[in-house]
Amino acid sequence: MSLLEARQLRVDIGGQTIVDHLDLSIAPGECVAILGRNGAGKSTLLSTLAGLRPPTAGTVSFAGQDAGTMPPRQAALNRAWLGQFQSDPFGSTVLETALTGRHPHLGRWAWETKRDAELARSALQAVGLAPMESRPVHTLSGGERQRLAIATLLTQAAPLYLLDEPLAHLDLNHQMAVLELFAGAARDCGAGVIMVLHDPALAHRFCDRALLVFGDGRTENATVDGILTAKTLSELYGYALRQIDDGGQRCFIPE
Amino acid sequence: MPTRRRAFLILLGLSLLALLSIGLALMAGSLKVPPGEVLAALLGQAGGSGDIVLQLRLPRALAGFACGGLLALAGALMQVLLRNPLADPYVLGISGGAGVGAMFGMLLGLSVFGIDSLAFAGAFAAMLLVFGLAHGDGSWTQTRLLLTGVIVAAGCGALVALMLTIADEHKLRGMLFWLMGDLGQSGQWWPALLTLAVALLCAMPFARELNLLARGLLQAQALGVSVGRLRYAIYLLASLATAASVTTAGSIGFVGLIVPHLVRLATGNDQRVLLPATVLAGGSLLVLADTLARTLIAPQQLPVGVLTALIGVPVFLFLLSRQPR
Repeated sequence: MSLLEARQLRVDIGGQTIVDHLDLSIAPGECVAILGRNGAGKSTLLSTLAGLRPPTAGTVSFAGQDAGTMPPRQAALNRAWLGQFQSDPFGSTVLETALTGRHPHLGRWAWETKRDAELARSALQAVGLAPMESRPVHTLSGGERQRLAIATLLTQAAPLYLLDEPLAHLDLNHQMAVLELFAGAARDCGAGVIMVLHDPALAHRFCDRALLVFGDGRTENATVDGILTAKTLSELYGYALRQIDDGGQRCFIPE
Repeated sequence: MPTRRRAFLILLGLSLLALLSIGLALMAGSLKVPPGEVLAALLGQAGGSGDIVLQLRLPRALAGFACGGLLALAGALMQVLLRNPLADPYVLGISGGAGVGAMFGMLLGLSVFGIDSLAFAGAFAAMLLVFGLAHGDGSWTQTRLLLTGVIVAAGCGALVALMLTIADEHKLRGMLFWLMGDLGQSGQWWPALLTLAVALLCAMPFARELNLLARGLLQAQALGVSVGRLRYAIYLLASLATAASVTTAGSIGFVGLIVPHLVRLATGNDQRVLLPATVLAGGSLLVLADTLARTLIAPQQLPVGVLTALIGVPVFLFLLSRQPR
């Protein structure tokens, strides 16, 4: 059964249709990149796919169940969503923040157990934040905060990850680490991954398929080899690109 | 790492503080009652000063504890709802509405019960007005709610000022005391205490969800919180708590702003500890402040709101200046 299925999805924002007639299905172990210009509606589409925003038309379902009628807690057990902005007006520690990912797994009166703390600590380890677990969140740098948000997502331990610009604020080293982390989760643990990326070369290297969002309702969805070419990407970004192939990898240079 | 054991120890310590503050309130005053006699009076043994303790000081101390707890709880909830550390129970105009109702009642020369009823009606009307206006387009974002509340509060302030100007000379003192917050003219203590117990019991099951709500609406929703319903519930709860307190003792300032911050600095921002701890700390603080208000320049009594503000302003400025750690 597919982890996520969108049927005839239509998404409007501010009276404008950004996605129309979209059919998308994510099977376990699949990794999909969403690419498009600024303001094309990638984030809006992603939060609609996460069930956080009702679609104008069409349906989204997690593991065969309609996301629109699913209680929020059950949805949180089916998918994890990484937003673009993290805020914390009151401050808390790194470990406490990572532990919030356990919320959907805990009963109303339950407190976090030792096992929950172990899960949170191993998630912090995975993003290289283990030594900082008692640091207040507002002393972290932008990149460290982004990695903490990713650790919180891993703590949630949902089978499907929806990532809105997971590489924001990250240096090259951590960009590769994060992509390998999620590609590994898809390959080894059968997780489904959808991520909004801005680098077509990285999308080609780490993802199985790419969904191009043109911003006028049109979308194209195919394997990365077939769709990530100089021709389609030049049209997508409205800027001429040249493609260079090196071994199995592709890179795109602005003309 | 949040644990039940730590929460229990914090709440135990604050419960002792609460008992201590009420004990002090029963002993102190123009007639000093030794601890033994207070205990005897509480246990029902008729004695010389038993009446003063049971009839005068105990109801006032309980009303003070209830109001302090209600304001602190409402403050903590408003800060989460508006995701703004500077929010307090009065920021959304509830006290303004109650003030208009109470001043009108005093202007008409109503009884204490009449004034309290009008104050509560005013608070309730302000709550509906702010909610209706902020919710108009269905979004009711924090900014919209905050701005609507501030505007309604300003309007109420103007009405109160108008009524103060046209009021008779002999009514002015009572009106001013009400506006500053005063436990001396509170009618009944039990409605406030009952509201406090109910509000805390209603809020506690959602404490962990409130932790998530403070981090952002979408984040909380993605982690499994019914954000829409939870926000309605907190708004209603915080508003009713504020209304109950303001109806009982007028608009006592700063307790609702300062206490959640003090507790947050001492214990962290886990609402499972923070909510009951603010109730205990807020109640204790107000009882202590009221005891001071009765005794500082006795037999003259000060309105307790003046004392909480005098204590609150420097404490708050201190906290603010050390915020960027």
